[in-house]
Amino acid sequence: MNNRAVVAHKVAIGVLWASAALTLGILIFIIAYILVHGLPVLSWSFVTRSPTEMGRSGGILPTIIGTFALTVLALGIATPLGVGTAIYLTEYTRPGPLTRVVRFGAESLAGVPSIIFGLFGFMFFVIYLGLGWSVLSGALTLAAMILPTIIRTSEEAIRAVPDSYREISFALGGTRWQTVTRAILPSALPGILTGVMLGMGRCIGETAAVIFTAGATLRLPTSIFDPVRTMAVHFYILAREGISMPNAYGTAAILVISILAVNFVAYWLMQRFIARHS
Amino acid sequence: MATRQPIEPQPKVEVKGLNLYYGQHQALKDVGLAFYANQVTAIIGPSGCGKSTLLRCLNRMNDGIAGIRIEGKIALDGSDIYGRRQDLIQLRKAVGMVFQRPNVFPLSIFDNVAYGPRVHGLKNHARLAEIVERSLASVGLWGEARDRLNAPALGLSLGNRQLLCLARLVAVEPEVILLDEPASALDPISTLRIEELMRELQKEYTIIIVTHNMQQAARASDRTAFMLAGELVEYGETRQIFTNPRDSRTERYVTGKL
Repeated sequence: MNNRAVVAHKVAIGVLWASAALTLGILIFIIAYILVHGLPVLSWSFVTRSPTEMGRSGGILPTIIGTFALTVLALGIATPLGVGTAIYLTEYTRPGPLTRVVRFGAESLAGVPSIIFGLFGFMFFVIYLGLGWSVLSGALTLAAMILPTIIRTSEEAIRAVPDSYREISFALGGTRWQTVTRAILPSALPGILTGVMLGMGRCIGETAAVIFTAGATLRLPTSIFDPVRTMAVHFYILAREGISMPNAYGTAAILVISILAVNFVAYWLMQRFIARHS
Repeated sequence: MATRQPIEPQPKVEVKGLNLYYGQHQALKDVGLAFYANQVTAIIGPSGCGKSTLLRCLNRMNDGIAGIRIEGKIALDGSDIYGRRQDLIQLRKAVGMVFQRPNVFPLSIFDNVAYGPRVHGLKNHARLAEIVERSLASVGLWGEARDRLNAPALGLSLGNRQLLCLARLVAVEPEVILLDEPASALDPISTLRIEELMRELQKEYTIIIVTHNMQQAARASDRTAFMLAGELVEYGETRQIFTNPRDSRTERYVTGKL
């Protein structure tokens, strides 16, 4: 009987190790596959020049700028809204019908496929509000799409702050707002940042919601009212229309590298922040 | 009769007919007592007797709890703290609290002590530095902390963290200090240090401490209130409560038979 426990223990270790190894393996395989196919076409001019012949030759500069502009603007809209909502739900209301409705809405929104957001953005921002295919339409659509993620992760991060911080702050005569900004947000920041990073990842990689709202032009944008093509959309069009598989992989490689870079920078910033605060 | 000495010092905080309900449950039953300036008053009693609830009424830390109802009157220097015109921020500045767990913010030692003055609007760094030094000195932590003011407060020992919590409170210059079992998470030496400190601080402040450590109440307080199941059973000079209690329940409790 003791032997059986030992065997079960060993099997468990084996199975758990295998799941972890498999997960990591798949991740490495995907990234390696893209890099192997994409790295050979990468060069300085690939990232600094505009495409020619619909992307069959030339670089991908406009799509890098397009992706960057859309992502920054979308985060700029969704972060204050999402964090604000999370603060309101956790610190300013008691649990009740209102918080349930807001939370239910956010959860439902999180489950909606991005193509639906694209369709909504097209009908509402592009057509109804007359913003046309533009960085602004795309960013508003992306913001609506990532809002639930930011709300939920921020809420969890704020809820995880020990109640004692609130008590101390109130006991020292702090107002609720002072308590939020000085005692709660600094502690919740790493968690909030995680949500923002998740949102950022979705923005960078999104195609369906963007192609309907930001357009697919290869011109360099000059304002947020200009249409843009993102890297993900560019990759999609190059591959889908058989324009150039090597350049499609090159674009994918840049996409993967930027997402990894963003994640590393965020992780590093977070570690620094945590080290400074504990 | 002008030369007659007052028998009692002036009450700093006066509680009258205090009833408190959590929904249907009555946690405090017609509690009435006075806390005196420059004295240490201990509130003792078994777990759940309402002693912490009473303490938390004194700076209205119970206000936010759902379904709570409070009746009666609590006066600070004669004015009702539950009155309509009471400013909650001013009340908590005047009546400060230290909690059971030595909870410091995950900030530097300096920023912990400066938290209170900053929320009350002080920005001048020189003034803040002065307050931080004076507050740390008043709890006997300046010597250890002076060279590491920018170090994380979480790096301090538990005992020193509780002293830091006291310094953080002293920094807002309260009049009354409420201590909610401040030493229950600490080792005996830190406990003793807190008790000595209470004796030191009583020269300037009114101190009210909730404790279930009876030796601590006997050693460190001037007056003791004994509570049981939401009622104030007996209140008097600490020596009298511990050596000559009038109520048989008090006697059983202080002799460890309850």
